[in-house]
Amino acid sequence: MALPVDIEALDKAFSGIGVDEKSLISILTNSNEEHKKSLRKGSSKLFIEDAKGFERSDQSSIKILKHQFKRFRDAVMLSILHPWERDARLIEKAIRKGPKHYNVIVEMACTRSSDQLLGARKAYHSLFHHSIEEHLVTHIKGRERKLLVALVSAYRFDGPGVNEDVAKSEAQILYEAINNGEKNKLLDHEDAIMILATRSKQHLQALYQHYNQSYDKTLAQDLEGEGILKDTVECLCTPQTYFTRVLEAAVKEDADEESKRALTRVIVTQKEQLVKEGFVPNKIQDILLGLYKDFMLASIASGDIK
Amino acid sequence: MATLIAPEHSSAVEDAEKLQKACKGWGTDEKAIISVLGHRNAVQRKQIRLAYEDLYQEDLIKRLESELSGDFEKAVYRWILDPADRDAVLANVAIKKLSPDHHVIVEISCTRSPEELLAVRRAYQARYKHSLEEDVAAHTKGDTRKLLVSLVSAFRYDGEEINTRVANSEAKILHEAVKDKEFNHEEIIRILSTRSKMQLMATFNRYRDDHGTTITKNLEGDSGDEFLKTLRATIRCLNDPKKYFEKVLRNSIRRVGTDEDALTRVIVTRAEKDLKDIKELYYKRNSVSLDQAVAKDTSGDYKALLLTLLGKED
Repeated sequence: MALPVDIEALDKAFSGIGVDEKSLISILTNSNEEHKKSLRKGSSKLFIEDAKGFERSDQSSIKILKHQFKRFRDAVMLSILHPWERDARLIEKAIRKGPKHYNVIVEMACTRSSDQLLGARKAYHSLFHHSIEEHLVTHIKGRERKLLVALVSAYRFDGPGVNEDVAKSEAQILYEAINNGEKNKLLDHEDAIMILATRSKQHLQALYQHYNQSYDKTLAQDLEGEGILKDTVECLCTPQTYFTRVLEAAVKEDADEESKRALTRVIVTQKEQLVKEGFVPNKIQDILLGLYKDFMLASIASGDIK
Repeated sequence: MATLIAPEHSSAVEDAEKLQKACKGWGTDEKAIISVLGHRNAVQRKQIRLAYEDLYQEDLIKRLESELSGDFEKAVYRWILDPADRDAVLANVAIKKLSPDHHVIVEISCTRSPEELLAVRRAYQARYKHSLEEDVAAHTKGDTRKLLVSLVSAFRYDGEEINTRVANSEAKILHEAVKDKEFNHEEIIRILSTRSKMQLMATFNRYRDDHGTTITKNLEGDSGDEFLKTLRATIRCLNDPKKYFEKVLRNSIRRVGTDEDALTRVIVTRAEKDLKDIKELYYKRNSVSLDQAVAKDTSGDYKALLLTLLGKED
């Protein structure tokens, strides 16, 4: 019996994102009770020695495992739902779960097209019997509320014809708001919110260029550490930077569960862009496991199928 | 109920031909224009425009603009547009004025259904290459700006559900915000721009029951305060749009010199909706029919068109 190898293999089957189903089948179905006991004794992460003389499961580790098994299911759900329902559910969940998830709301509001966002708002009515705005104001009491409500309510013009003078002067407004006041007061800065929430993406991208040229740093750099403000600017002006950042955070050594979930969300919802822009980190080949890995890689590979 | 009298079936081609004949040559046959367009609903008017374009390779609207003038021309122009496009034009006109007509923005964002307001936003973009909220934000200031941008961006839930607990607590919040005249504008704006219309009416009713007076009465005050004025218009439009429109009509006629813009706007935008109900309210309030009041205060082709839209039998 090649026991040490099996313990290693068991560990490996659970040590990525997703689970290596094939490996698990092979190890567990070929193990008799003696063997399994040794596996349990050898898996210090999953089992602890109980005083009453048996290897007891460590429930917090088991809980983490549940997340791993769920990934494939979540990927299927995200993939099969109508985009409106999908985005509406993602927003509702983010509202419920709290401040660490507000970037998802920003992502939905700022990286979708105007009509897709409208669709999500409609779906939200049907699913939750309230408007997104209503839920945002009911559940979010903090200062992010104003910006989030404004972003979610936008129906931005999508087309050419940017007034460069206006873009330049609004870049200045933002610069002064950031550099003259306290940076996090920006969330209360009415003009800044109006600019970010009502201007077209084309206008904001021009503004971003003017900012860079005029002040020798990018707007995103100037908003470093400012949470959803930075997310907002990136999603609107340089979405590939935002998505790259999210994906890299997901495959980091110490990534938390939320960061890992973002992997599924981004790959499933952005696969066309992923192929074009090529910003999927190479690491995912090594770190993803099992059916989940197959699904993710196939999504990326098929990304240019219209 | 609507006041417009339109036949169930009409031939867009025949109508287009009649209109072309009315515009041909020297002088225009305004009566013919009124007798056709004044008796066609939105779908029919659109088909006429398409048929006209098809037959004569010309935009009917442009043709009419060049043939007609004054208040009559403005009224025909507004009448002939698709409702969403019309609202977009009205909004743009209101915004671009030197002193913007905030109440028109309120009217459009608060008396149209959520889906209708979305259509207006789309139409606005198609016409002006800016979003409606962008232009409102760029031409207004302060708390009025916050209120108006929130109102035009709203996509209210359109269900019938009412939460009495919410109605209770938000009536309290509104009362707190209102009573010391130190309005907490954020909370008022939040409630008025996010809640569904049914929910808001429950809240207003609760307010009235708890405090013996309507919230609008509590907001009476300095007519120089633009935010207050806009806020009152908002609550009136949300609470009882027909009553609101009756008042606009009453004010537009009563003035020394009629406010034709307001008169046209209300008649044109409500003729296919609820102008009949508004007329009843008008009569109750003023003891004279709206038709009579309009006839007394306007003249010529403009008057003829308005009376036709008000349901005057030919």
